[in-house]
Amino acid sequence: MKSGGSLSIWFFIGVSLAVNGAIICGTGIYELMRPPEHHVVLYNLHANVWWGAIMLILGLFFSLRFSPAKERARMAGNS
Amino acid sequence: MNPAVLLASSNTLVHLSPVDLVIIIFYFVLVLAIGLYLKEQANTGEDFFMAGREMTAWVAGLAFLSANLGSLELMGWAGNSYKYGILAAHWYWIGAIPAMLFLALVMMPFYHICKTHSVPGYLKLRFGQGAQAISSISFAFMTVLMSGINMYAMAVVMKVVLGWNMHFSIWVSAMTVAVYVALGGLRSAIFNEVLQFFLIWAGALLIPIMGLIEAGGWHGLQAKILQNLTELNVPNPGSYTHLWSTLGHFSSNPMGINWVGIVFGLGAVISMGYWTTDFLVVQRVLSAKDLRSAELAPIIGAAFKMMVPFIVILPGLLGLALLRDPQGHLIRLVDAGLAWSPQGQAQGLHGYDEVLPLMLARYCGPGLLGLGITALVAGFMSGMAGNVSAFTTVWTYDIYGALINKNASDESKVKMGRWVTIIGVIVSILTAYIAKGMPSIMDYVQALFSFFIAPLFGTVILGMLWKRATPAGGWSGLLAGTLSSLGMYLWVKFDPSAVRYVALSMDAQDQAQNMFRALWCCSICVIVTVVVSLVTKPKPEGELKDLVYGLTPIPKTEHVSMFHSPIFWGVVVAIVFIVLQIIFW
Repeated sequence: MKSGGSLSIWFFIGVSLAVNGAIICGTGIYELMRPPEHHVVLYNLHANVWWGAIMLILGLFFSLRFSPAKERARMAGNS
Repeated sequence: MNPAVLLASSNTLVHLSPVDLVIIIFYFVLVLAIGLYLKEQANTGEDFFMAGREMTAWVAGLAFLSANLGSLELMGWAGNSYKYGILAAHWYWIGAIPAMLFLALVMMPFYHICKTHSVPGYLKLRFGQGAQAISSISFAFMTVLMSGINMYAMAVVMKVVLGWNMHFSIWVSAMTVAVYVALGGLRSAIFNEVLQFFLIWAGALLIPIMGLIEAGGWHGLQAKILQNLTELNVPNPGSYTHLWSTLGHFSSNPMGINWVGIVFGLGAVISMGYWTTDFLVVQRVLSAKDLRSAELAPIIGAAFKMMVPFIVILPGLLGLALLRDPQGHLIRLVDAGLAWSPQGQAQGLHGYDEVLPLMLARYCGPGLLGLGITALVAGFMSGMAGNVSAFTTVWTYDIYGALINKNASDESKVKMGRWVTIIGVIVSILTAYIAKGMPSIMDYVQALFSFFIAPLFGTVILGMLWKRATPAGGWSGLLAGTLSSLGMYLWVKFDPSAVRYVALSMDAQDQAQNMFRALWCCSICVIVTVVVSLVTKPKPEGELKDLVYGLTPIPKTEHVSMFHSPIFWGVVVAIVFIVLQIIFW
């Protein structure tokens, strides 16, 4: 879509998901190595590891697919 | 010292870790960056108020849904599903999907062809300035109140979950919204709404997944709810997990409503009124780049709307099934009025609308908790930005441009829009405290809808479909509908026994009263409009071109494959909708 510049909204979404996913997954891995004193319910499922990883992968996909370089190339192709 | 410790008091559900704070701060930085980035693309009125009318179907469709998916929606409906059971899902299914499809396939061509900037703008073209003035002033009033409710909902999350000072969270979030909407206008609001849509799902989806694992799936959840409610001697415990089978009588379900109220009050009036004439959501679709995108956008929104109960209704039901105190006793949530009273606070009671934060705290550790809080803050911001950007447009075009300064230039309208954004945010901050007195947030919202939206639907639909409707009929019907709704509300307020006339049963709870009040006031609007129109002079047909069905040539959309056709996807959404009703019957 036209965004008024070379940055697509999907790029912003990708960056947001990737950064948040990396932080959450990283925290989960840290907790695996150093388990906290107080657990949330179903801690044994380590939701932050796999949920963070899913967000990271999805975020990287969006970030690369709609990167500014690709958008510029696409807009140049259209014009 | 840890900054999280500085912000949080000891009497809170959870304490944020530094990781959670990083996630929340990153979100604020990102939305402000988007606003700054888009500032240069909001120079003309068309850019600032209509996002240049160049959004794709996906962006317009997700923004259309996200503007409605505020923290109010998330917390209020989770609270309502705890209070009323799965009946609350009606507001996502029959109370949304048919209306969204109707907007897409029947009404969108009219809005798109007449190139109006707003719904009151359409009323001006169709019925003249009287109807425009009534609808724009009532809409402006409603949007600032809705912003206030959103603000209150978010402040409750921050207070309950984190112990943050309510004023701190209100002002930081509200000013962030004011800055990014004032900078980039509707385009900035829409971009952030799409971002917020993804964050809301990422932050909230884990709760039902973990909850269903803990409860033992849907059947385990049903069994636990039945067991808990039986233990608490709640009437009709089995009705909390059935959508339609308990709607035969007012007294056989927790809402005190029957199928007439749901099908006609909700499905035919409130829902049709909200999704087809509330400018907050219609404005997003009007920003679409062409007619096919404008038709597809509500259908895309409808497809995702059908899935929202998974992150909103299910957590409320999970709360009924799973919430127990550390001693193993069932936790029973109560009305906000009681929960927030000194006695309620002393007993550690929680309100219905706190069920979502309670479930969040149950499953989410460091990182995930920050994401969940970000989802609620994002919901708050998308809801508020939606109200503020719609308020700004209606104020600038339908009040300032139509009633105060009819010769305002495009440049002065943009300038006015930026200032009104800031003023609208400040006024809505002041209204946040009204919401504190309501027993449940969503009851309050539905009351507002029945005042303003239900009669508006009657006026717009007659205007679009009946060429004989006259300007005098339009504005008098709208006025009669709005006043009758307010009158019925006050009647029940001062004489509670009047509920047996307004809602046909003394068992009717607040939501049921709202549905029946909407049904009656829309009927009054239609009757008054028809009667007055028949005795007044109609507009010449030449003046109704592009405004009324039968006098408007609908442009043929370009030939597209079946998978790009709005009608095809509309049928798919309708089939899934019917299947869901049968599954949860």
